[in-house]
Amino acid sequence: MQTTINRWEHFPHQADIGVRGIGGSKEKAFEQAALALTAVITDPQLISPEIAVTISCQAPDGELLFVDWLNALIYEISTRKMLFSRFEVIIKNSHIDAMAWGEKIQVSKHKPAVEVKGATYTDLHVRQEENGTWIAQCVVDV
Amino acid sequence: MDTSLFIRQSEYEWRIDPTGKMRVPAIIYASEALLREMDHKVYEQITNVATLPGIEKAAYAMPDAHWGYGFPIGGVAAFDADRGGVISAGGVGFDISCGVRNLLTGLTVADIIPVQKKLADALYDKIPAGVGSTGYLSLNSTEMDAMLSGGARWAVERGYGTTEDLEHTEEHGCMAGAQPAQVSDHAKKRQRDEMGTLGSGNHYLEIQRVAEIFDENTANAFGVHMDNIVVSIHCGSRGLGHQIGTEFLRTMAIAAAEYGIDLPDRELACAPIHSSLGQDYLGAMRAAINCALANRQIITHLVRQVFAALFPQAELKLLYDVSHNTCKVEEHIINGAPKRLYIHRKGATRAFGPGHPDIPQAFRAIGQPVLIGGTMGTSSYILVGTSEGMARSFGSACHGAGRSMSRHQATRQWWGHTLVDELAHQGILIRSPSLRGIAEEAPGAYKDVSAVVDAADQGKLARKVAKLVPLICIKG
Repeated sequence: MQTTINRWEHFPHQADIGVRGIGGSKEKAFEQAALALTAVITDPQLISPEIAVTISCQAPDGELLFVDWLNALIYEISTRKMLFSRFEVIIKNSHIDAMAWGEKIQVSKHKPAVEVKGATYTDLHVRQEENGTWIAQCVVDV
Repeated sequence: MDTSLFIRQSEYEWRIDPTGKMRVPAIIYASEALLREMDHKVYEQITNVATLPGIEKAAYAMPDAHWGYGFPIGGVAAFDADRGGVISAGGVGFDISCGVRNLLTGLTVADIIPVQKKLADALYDKIPAGVGSTGYLSLNSTEMDAMLSGGARWAVERGYGTTEDLEHTEEHGCMAGAQPAQVSDHAKKRQRDEMGTLGSGNHYLEIQRVAEIFDENTANAFGVHMDNIVVSIHCGSRGLGHQIGTEFLRTMAIAAAEYGIDLPDRELACAPIHSSLGQDYLGAMRAAINCALANRQIITHLVRQVFAALFPQAELKLLYDVSHNTCKVEEHIINGAPKRLYIHRKGATRAFGPGHPDIPQAFRAIGQPVLIGGTMGTSSYILVGTSEGMARSFGSACHGAGRSMSRHQATRQWWGHTLVDELAHQGILIRSPSLRGIAEEAPGAYKDVSAVVDAADQGKLARKVAKLVPLICIKG
């Protein structure tokens, strides 16, 4: 099995945008997808990981769990008025215990481009490729 | 899209007869050029909608239709509760009751030009917009529930407007049947500090000039005159609506199997109207409609404060307030008899024709003002509902231009700075916290709104009244 480089990317949707996390484990793919979500709003490198927030969620299957994870982050962004740039995800039996690190939104520093309304079930996949790489993706509504 | 997939009913009406699990036909209203440009996903999504239980007559797509979630954006569908009809969280969307309201200022271009920059800065300073912004008030739980029950009426009772505003708002400013108890604590927490905020993305506040009149009599009746200044506000139910959409989409997607509903796409998540889940969603969704109405009412108040400082003589009258993402119970004529139906409009504007009892008295003989938002460099339009539209699309029309290009593509093609300069050169001042946000919303990333509006007009969904062009655009 080759070593997977953890990374994220965006993929196009006509009205919105797709977020994709790619990693050596499902957890890493979820963490990278969270970075992709952040990158919809601003450059993740502009966010200092100063404040830690714990996030938990649970779902009947892996795909719903992924959408729940992103929606839990969107909720934290919205209610804490924070942006996050570092993530640590632990998945056990369709249950997530995670930490997210970030800071309060500063318009002058982060110049946030757009607010994310919610993660959707469009182009939703959580799967392991034959080479062992995990991919977690969906379209987010902005 | 391949036009050979359709039966051309008329120049602007394209039909797909039922095949497979479709219960009714699907109909797209568009010119041939707009149809060709549409993504094939619109075909997939509108035919999926046609499979849902209890759907009445046909699944419709408006001329601005594009790839949405479950329903296409620009989708209209009616359901009969007594024939197993459903209500769909996906069919309403995340930004519940996102809509447009226009304020008539009575001012002219000549009044605005000398203070255009000052006005742009004052509006940008006053109206909270963009990611992380908060409003001027924070709601405790009692006030939150009062707002969710009362809508714009709640806002007016607290001094954010006049009773005339309510008369010129759909549902008279207050959506009946809202159940704040069905709105989760999470949704309420997301909204606590967001009242009177514009949001981001395609939401905006614009100062526009009436650039063309197509129907003099109707324009006069609406109080819309050539070269007059109009304020246009486009936003929705903010975090509360997004959270309600997120939560019910999930619950409905999981519960669909229990109700024996075969979902061709999880985003079509729905529940029978006659079910506790269906009723819970209706109560929460109506509360979100009230949130959107209250939100636009508060922003209206802020705009009036800005104008009062610069133009003490100006009186900003609300022309009308329309919502785009809703499910409403309406009576429509089916096979010659009136029937109560649950009309989903996902990115579509209600466009009631003359004589409808829900239209304000002042316009009842004429038809409902139908407000179509453009993009920051192009035009917006005022149309009027028609009798033909009532029969063709359950009294519905398009809602805007509709994107033709993804955000990613747009940022590759345009620079925010260049766009701001180019638009300033055309006399349009942009104010926004994010240059990337401006690039993503570049006018060129949208379909030609004029072609969309022409198709709505020629397809007899609604009739063109006036064209508006921006002078100032505040983006979130």
